[in-house]
Amino acid sequence: MTTRILRSLIGGSLTGVGAVVAAGAAHASGMATPWQINLQDAASPVMERVHGFHNMLLVIQISIVVLVLGVLAYIIVRFNSKRNPDPSRTAHNTLLEIVWTAVPIVILVIIAIPSLKLLYYSDRAQDPDMTLKVTAHQWYWSYTYPDHGDFAFDSLPVAAEVLEAGQPRLLTVDNPIVLPIDTTVQVLVTTDDVIHNFAVPSLGLKTDATPGRVNETWVRISKEGTYYGMCSELCGVNHYYMPIQVKAVSKERFAAWTQEAKEKFAARPAPAVAAAPAQSIQ
Amino acid sequence: MAHGAAAGHGAHAHGEHDHHPTGWKRWVYSTNHKDIGTMYIVLSMIAALLGGLMSWYIRLELAEPGIQFIEDTQFYNVLVTAHGFLMVFFVVMPAMIGGFGNWFVPLMVGAPDMAFPRMNNISFWLTAAGLVLLVMSAFVGGGPGTGWTVYPPLSSIAYHPDAAVDFGILALHVAGAGSILGAINFIVTILNMRSPGMTMHRMPLFAWSILITAFLLLLALPVLAGALTMLLTDRNFGTHFYDPAGGGDPLLWQHLFWFFGHPEVYIIILPAFGIVSQLVSTFSRKPVFGYLGMAYAMSAIGVVGFIVWAHHMYTTGLGVNARAYFTTATLIIAVPTGIKIFSWLATMWGGSIDFKAPMLYAIGFIFLFVVGGVTGVALANAGIDFALHDTYYVVAHFHYVMAIAAIFAMFGGYYYWVGKMTGRQYNEGLAKAQFWLFFIGVNLLFFPQHFLGLAGMPRRIPDYPDVYAGWNMVSSFGALLTMLGTFMFYFIVFHTMRSGKPAEANPWGEGATTLEWTVPSPAPFHTHEVQPVISAGDHGNGGHGHGAHPRPAE
Repeated sequence: MTTRILRSLIGGSLTGVGAVVAAGAAHASGMATPWQINLQDAASPVMERVHGFHNMLLVIQISIVVLVLGVLAYIIVRFNSKRNPDPSRTAHNTLLEIVWTAVPIVILVIIAIPSLKLLYYSDRAQDPDMTLKVTAHQWYWSYTYPDHGDFAFDSLPVAAEVLEAGQPRLLTVDNPIVLPIDTTVQVLVTTDDVIHNFAVPSLGLKTDATPGRVNETWVRISKEGTYYGMCSELCGVNHYYMPIQVKAVSKERFAAWTQEAKEKFAARPAPAVAAAPAQSIQ
Repeated sequence: MAHGAAAGHGAHAHGEHDHHPTGWKRWVYSTNHKDIGTMYIVLSMIAALLGGLMSWYIRLELAEPGIQFIEDTQFYNVLVTAHGFLMVFFVVMPAMIGGFGNWFVPLMVGAPDMAFPRMNNISFWLTAAGLVLLVMSAFVGGGPGTGWTVYPPLSSIAYHPDAAVDFGILALHVAGAGSILGAINFIVTILNMRSPGMTMHRMPLFAWSILITAFLLLLALPVLAGALTMLLTDRNFGTHFYDPAGGGDPLLWQHLFWFFGHPEVYIIILPAFGIVSQLVSTFSRKPVFGYLGMAYAMSAIGVVGFIVWAHHMYTTGLGVNARAYFTTATLIIAVPTGIKIFSWLATMWGGSIDFKAPMLYAIGFIFLFVVGGVTGVALANAGIDFALHDTYYVVAHFHYVMAIAAIFAMFGGYYYWVGKMTGRQYNEGLAKAQFWLFFIGVNLLFFPQHFLGLAGMPRRIPDYPDVYAGWNMVSSFGALLTMLGTFMFYFIVFHTMRSGKPAEANPWGEGATTLEWTVPSPAPFHTHEVQPVISAGDHGNGGHGHGAHPRPAE
């Protein structure tokens, strides 16, 4: 993990930053850590590429800020009215103006190429192995597994008072999504009321759930674990309290789980559309 | 230079006949660009206090995880919404365009007043009526908890059944109408009423920035008005523009809103560019470097600003080719903004810089704008935006690059021009202390929000997972310093009015070359009744009034 992040950093000039990045990511498991300063640990190929691209951007961003601040500091020291009582009258330098127009264009091209490659890679799944359908409601999610018997279930947040040890507040649900690792999953996202957003940072997922539309995204989880996300589009009074929890398991355990889930959730009718969330705000 | 002669012109032309209505009639019926400008600034200061108090209450709630103070989360959403509306429509726009624009565009271009003085009056009062409607919206039903983006269906009658959203819509309609009229006024004034010899290419960059801003307002606000009207009829008259059940589409709103909304952020920042250019040139005692490049960079930003709107919509299911286009177009904006940054640095280079409070704010602006600019370069990329969209990274980005940067330009502009407006000069020591308090405060407030956003904390939430506690506390502490810095500014305004030293006609010396410094301080009720004649001094000075010697027309 650490090596991967360090490898994707360009050059050795940012080793210090890289170390901090790695420290923030080292013990992460599907959620942020206290005082974290960078992206959550990646657990999907899309998010790994986001890390790589962001590390490249970070080098460019820091270089630009340091350059401008450096020039600014030099100007403040060198050209204050005490050290330089007679101002120059220079107001033109055609060559300089061409250079500071052309150099940013070159930098932008350097950014745009990997950017567009990442965009097209992240767009949609190639030959997905299975489909997960996500339906958003005020203020909970329901999930359907059309390829495994078309069972569906609601996923409601667990109130803070009944959390067990190790379950993070505002992120834990009663019925998490269960997905197999190393499996390309097509994710279809929609809503039956207002706009919500299905987001799991460490898996590189963030897609609007818009009325009248089914949006498509995809994920291929690279290692077992529990991954957390939150609704990411303002959707009303409980917007802050509609978590997403993904349990990634081996393919064998996933197959066993689908058998159980088919029976467990068959007893219930399809997701109750108008059902109010079980937990109150407080 | 001809300052002496020009100042003399001011003195002989005025004084005897500053006849104007007195008492409340002077203000309510005002058709005078200076009085109307003053009213805009007062309106902005009132709205800033409201919007500021809201944001500090938000930061108080967010200082620690868990619900601390705001049990009613709809009220939290109302605070977030009202903070955005107030700051955008009733703080920055009135202060920059209505306030400084009204005061100094006619003075700088050598016009006796705005082209349509009565329309100027109605522009202001429509804006004031909009503010009243917006404040009322918070007290109707539960208030509008939609965010300033007002996305349907959350803003539809089904999810906001009270009249709160309708009040918000009408507030924007009325204020928008005021802004459109104001924009027409500025365009006509700048294009038709410049002094003899004040060619477009000699016009100060602040006037340029207001001209471009006025065009953006004129083209963007009618689109918002159309979108708002459709929302109003969806809510009240059974239309289905945004309702898929009736063949409509919620994304239609987003496209229309952002077609307005993206130019809107340039409407906020372009006048700041103009102010900063004046400040940097004045206090470096040098003409603006690359004047033409600066003017046309602003124009380019204005044009490109209209064709990048969907970069606010990367996660809505927009097609991948559309996202590729909007990524590329958005990245291009970095070129003209880069030209501006480098030109400001080059203006200072070789200068003889006097670090008065306005200059500190100009340098602070450049710092904030660069930091906010490089995060904008990240957000422009659709391929990475889905990791950052709707997180605190975005909140940090736009507060750096637009919101606080604009406030810096406003503070800088206030200190720069207060002597001209009131005849009294601020206290330099107090103003410098206020700058440092505010500068440290806003950086402590917003820089940690980059970390929170990268770590995945969504925006617009009153409570957050416990792992985000650390940086939120730092951010809230920064908000406390920012609050103190803001109150200190209000105190300085009061102190300047009460006991500020009398201001000279030109307190800044040879660096201040624009026409407003040729009239006495405070500027008389009527100025440039005889238009000054501008002649090109040394050729190729690139305008900005440098070497464009004003002299009284005899």
